[in-house]
Amino acid sequence: MAAEHRVFVPRDTTARSMGADGVAAAIAAEADRREESVTLVRNGSRGLYWLEPMIEVEAGGVRHAYGPVQTSDVPALFNADFLAAGRHALGLGPTEEIPWLARQSRLTFARVGVTDPLSLDEYRAHGGYQGLARVVELSRDEIVSIVTESGLRGRGGAAFPTGVKWRTVLNAEGTQKYVACNADEGDSGTFADRMVMESDPFVLIEGMTIAGLAVGATQGYVYLRAEYPLAIRIMNEAIGIAETAGLLGGNVMGSGQAFNLEVREAAGAYICGEETSMLESLEGKRGVIRFRPPLPAVKGLFGAPTIVNNVITLASVPIILAEGADYYRDYGTGRSRGTLTVQLAGNVKRGGLVEIGFGRTLRELLEDFGGGTATGRPIRAVQAGGPLGAYIHPSQFDTPLDYEAFEGIGGMIGHGGLVVFDDTVDMGEQARFAMEFCAIESCGKCTPCRIGAVRGVEVIGRILSGDDESGNLLLLRDLCDTMIAGSLCALGGMAPFPVISVLDHYPEDLRAR
Amino acid sequence: MSGAKNANGGADAREALVLRIARRHVARPGGLLPALHAIQDELGYVPAEAVPSVAEVFNISRAEVHGVISFYHLFRTTPPGRRTLYLCRSEACQAMGARALERHAAERLGIGFHETTPDGRISLEPIFCLGNCACSPAVMIDDFVYGRVTPQRLDALLEED
Repeated sequence: MAAEHRVFVPRDTTARSMGADGVAAAIAAEADRREESVTLVRNGSRGLYWLEPMIEVEAGGVRHAYGPVQTSDVPALFNADFLAAGRHALGLGPTEEIPWLARQSRLTFARVGVTDPLSLDEYRAHGGYQGLARVVELSRDEIVSIVTESGLRGRGGAAFPTGVKWRTVLNAEGTQKYVACNADEGDSGTFADRMVMESDPFVLIEGMTIAGLAVGATQGYVYLRAEYPLAIRIMNEAIGIAETAGLLGGNVMGSGQAFNLEVREAAGAYICGEETSMLESLEGKRGVIRFRPPLPAVKGLFGAPTIVNNVITLASVPIILAEGADYYRDYGTGRSRGTLTVQLAGNVKRGGLVEIGFGRTLRELLEDFGGGTATGRPIRAVQAGGPLGAYIHPSQFDTPLDYEAFEGIGGMIGHGGLVVFDDTVDMGEQARFAMEFCAIESCGKCTPCRIGAVRGVEVIGRILSGDDESGNLLLLRDLCDTMIAGSLCALGGMAPFPVISVLDHYPEDLRAR
Repeated sequence: MSGAKNANGGADAREALVLRIARRHVARPGGLLPALHAIQDELGYVPAEAVPSVAEVFNISRAEVHGVISFYHLFRTTPPGRRTLYLCRSEACQAMGARALERHAAERLGIGFHETTPDGRISLEPIFCLGNCACSPAVMIDDFVYGRVTPQRLDALLEED
């Protein structure tokens, strides 16, 4: 009997979408046939998505990667003795030394792709639950102060200081308080939340538990997109495991404090990523946005003080508590502290997840990490920050990735998604889509968004068909101004941003055909 | 999001099922969405005749129940085909040919979005982002996501049963 070999085949959505399940089955069958002793670990993905399915073997205590592996490659990999890190055309060397990965600062994503997502033992062996262990010794005020000092800002898009929000909830009157995690990651080009939930679910559970203990909330909800069925399954399983281990429930880690957690499945409405709309949906209603004030921190879910944070924000909390505020804030630049999770998507050669300190330029991300387009053609535009984000022109690629610098060019970092387009893109169609998307997804509460988006689609259609081009271009600008100034929330208030960026930087595409 | 487990059965059995599900969820805070999901998981859709039963159990008006169902894109009020094809229409997929894939699917299936083929095999639905944006274009069939889907690959996937 040969020695036991550990082989890692990711189980995350993207790896599976590229055939990981078939590869896993083929490895098991081939190992059986050759009487090799192989333990298959279905880990999360490292986020080097252009290499998926990327498998790894542990040889001499070091993990070596191969990818992208197809089922048909499996016999050849065995022939090349990949179980002992043998040479093969798909070999990528020691995983941690792959430059794309080695140049990152993986703090929030430290375990993502490394561990079996549902192994609590592995989570603990890799630093998990050290943050919570520290928290149970601290006062609420001390916990909130550490989060404040770390400089952490909301990673969902609005970049609001997390500690300030927590302080408001802590100080708010109320016998019942809640923690609501916004896992309605609807922005095209983003998948960081999904990765955390599928590949390291305990870090989100730990982060939410810390949030609960920090403000005295006993119930948490993860509002999770229905479009992520695998994330829903894995989160539910992980919550069950944490409950059994006494890490959730009536007596969290022996602290005498209660914190319960539940996944609530969304139902495909983009607007429910807006926090007040999400709260309405959690209450079982139409996801129509609420007026603010009152802020959710004061009067949120079921009228009670509520922390509403994005997945990445909450998943960043455990390491801040484990390692200290200084450790985290030493990454980053200016008022953008810590790390940013960039997601390279669309027409990009090397797409995936890049976690780095703030301050790198867009060009570094697109060229050094992204390697240009997948099609090999020049990049013509990059949409940053989801469907409400501006299209960024190559002349702006030297902008550093920090919240304020991006605002300075009329863009936003948002949730960190970068969607790359090559020079075949029709920017007039992209502008029309921005308005169409807003029309489909508007909650209908305010007129500028509900009616404006429909009129936007029509006006752009008239421009493209040559009906009073100059008059309609003026009208489009005017409509954009009205939506920005008059909409109640970011959907109607920002949907014009991609349109304006096309008007400003790609006027040749927004004219009669 | 998967198809019907229990689409057959008479109207009485269906009503009993709807009532049972609604009662199971009514005490949960904000239980209406989970109840509607559970109904759709069992039947494949939320039939119009479920609305009065759900309204009664939750002690809210039929209009409110209808309002919630109609607000969310992923609740459906007609029976789905045996398989549901969700085509991602978002920007990251557009950048890699989703618009052409959309045209191909509509042509091949002979139906548009929110429609089901006459033989009841496939329903076609738009979806806005599956989080598979680094391997676009993406589609989901029932609850399995596929990446880098060319028209040829889509044809092959639709051939499988």
